[in-house]
Amino acid sequence: MMSLVENHAAILVVILPLIAAPLAMLFGNRNVAFLLSLAASAGSFLLSIYLLMLVKDGAVLAYHIGGWAPPLGIEYRVDAANALVLLIVAAISLAVLPYARTSIEKEIAEKNHTLFYACFLLCFTGLMGVTITGDAFNVFVFLEISSLSTYVLVALGAEKDRRALSAAYDYLVLGTIGATFFVIGLGLIYMATGTLNMVDLSERLASMEGNRTVRSAFAFIIIGMGLKLAIYPLHRWLPGAYTYAPSAVSAFLAATATKVAIYVVIRFMFSVFSIKFGFEQDTLKYIFFPFAVIAVFAASFIAVFQINVKRMLAYSSVAQIGYMLLGIALFSATGLSATLVHLFNHAVTKGALFLAIGAIIYQIGSPLMANMSGLGKKMPWTCAAIVVGGLSLIGVPGTVGFVSKWVLLMAALEAGLWPVSLMIVLSSLIAVVYVWKLVEILYLEPLPKDSQAREAPLSLLVPTWCLILATLWFGFAADFTVHVSDIAAQSLFDGKFGQDAIIMGTEGRS
Amino acid sequence: MDHHLILRVITKILVAPILLYGLYVQFHGDFGPGGGFQAGVIFAVGFILYGIVFGLRRLRQIFPDYVVHRLVALGVLIYAGTGIVNMALGGNFLDYNVLAEKGYQGQHWGIIAVELGVGVTVFGVMMAIFYSFAGRPPSLDDKEW
Repeated sequence: MMSLVENHAAILVVILPLIAAPLAMLFGNRNVAFLLSLAASAGSFLLSIYLLMLVKDGAVLAYHIGGWAPPLGIEYRVDAANALVLLIVAAISLAVLPYARTSIEKEIAEKNHTLFYACFLLCFTGLMGVTITGDAFNVFVFLEISSLSTYVLVALGAEKDRRALSAAYDYLVLGTIGATFFVIGLGLIYMATGTLNMVDLSERLASMEGNRTVRSAFAFIIIGMGLKLAIYPLHRWLPGAYTYAPSAVSAFLAATATKVAIYVVIRFMFSVFSIKFGFEQDTLKYIFFPFAVIAVFAASFIAVFQINVKRMLAYSSVAQIGYMLLGIALFSATGLSATLVHLFNHAVTKGALFLAIGAIIYQIGSPLMANMSGLGKKMPWTCAAIVVGGLSLIGVPGTVGFVSKWVLLMAALEAGLWPVSLMIVLSSLIAVVYVWKLVEILYLEPLPKDSQAREAPLSLLVPTWCLILATLWFGFAADFTVHVSDIAAQSLFDGKFGQDAIIMGTEGRS
Repeated sequence: MDHHLILRVITKILVAPILLYGLYVQFHGDFGPGGGFQAGVIFAVGFILYGIVFGLRRLRQIFPDYVVHRLVALGVLIYAGTGIVNMALGGNFLDYNVLAEKGYQGQHWGIIAVELGVGVTVFGVMMAIFYSFAGRPPSLDDKEW
């Protein structure tokens, strides 16, 4: 049994939730559905730790689905970069599920709870699949699985606030345009090369820099994924979706969905297309770089003026995505490493913050700042979590936020771009403003006399504090995350995704 | 619907061949054109036609909503379950070769199993879509037309 699990770990991380989702539907009981989801997430989490341990020093694992060897068959391929993202997705899912069990009681009608768990599991499956697969078209398939279930999850917020429907519709339209662009891009590279396996693609594309089909394919793929990851001017769907989705969904999406999309962009830029291509370097220099800087400033600035806390955090997410793109745009292994570290660190921080805000909303029933005055006295643990998460958003030493900003600063200085490092520091000051605004309301404003607020139940506090403790733990003991990101970034930069892989399971027939 | 005699008679004649054709496409899928997607839709069309002519209420007696929803899930489970069986028999996920003594026979069994899963899910989804559209409260009363 153990050897079966070990041999097939690469596929089991994806199919555990895939099987749990229909099982939950078949039983049709929300408690069984919850237990199944929790078991599947825990299993995927343990397996992704196992995978990360195998690849953390630069090895690559391959799994041949259906016993057909690539490029004919679909291949799953794990290196340090996607093992890290797998771990992020699985860990957040495991933290959010116990929270969701309580939080959806006030947000979603009881008859829909089973469906909620099924959709959640499918979304989880999709995100894991996008991350682990080594086949370009398979990315699209899993992307659709995760996107379609995400639209449903966002729309489930409609029972509390009808605006969730229009937010989900916006996301549906823009997300579908993104997916369509992505698949058009895939069609074009398939036309140019006749293959869809990533490793095979990179070998064949190496000599095709001047090919116009390949260039347009690159443009379509980047714009398509740009919509999915909310790169600055294409971020319009994000604030609405995060604001009106149920609390647990906001936390899960904010911590995973955009991260996975960023991973896909990195994978296509560095492992499928080559960074030696002139058009790719130009894209980084003239598109990613300026828009990343604009995102950091503009989105942070917009966040300052929000009166809805969830919307404020959503705009802050757009700004944080700016930091991640900035790391890629610096065009160095250190910069890429900064992006990967920030993927992990921001997932933990933003997940914790959305969970904490969700706990407040659970108790007072409103996401508006005006209704939160003085809650620091009534809900000390929840508000303390918000303070720690806020400090991490700003980048105060001792939190994960500091680690990522430090690595990013180093990368900027290494590239000789001192104005950029100055901008990173300046933009953190804007984060101070919006975090302080919230802290001031929570602690310094007087509590309304008729306030009925009480501390959130333990089932909400424990998951929140697990993530907050991770924020602190990985802020002090940053060696592990930085080491994995460095290895991952170096191997991405050297194009080592196609190196000889250790084959899990049986080797496929060619 | 009592007065639409022709519609009722034709429907009753048509439903059985449609279902039979659906099954033909389903089990023909491993050799020739066809397979779960097409078969699921054709099979659902038989019931949807019945529902359109004889009313949603009577269709819901045969396939209540909870059955339809479970069919959607069941199909996915058949597909993924086939993969799990392959793994238990010592192959990779969805490696049908291990299902029978000779590899190509195993491929046959595997394809039939997963196509059945696809067919069941597509059938369920078509029915669910029909229910959710046809089952919406009408904005106009029947008499107001």
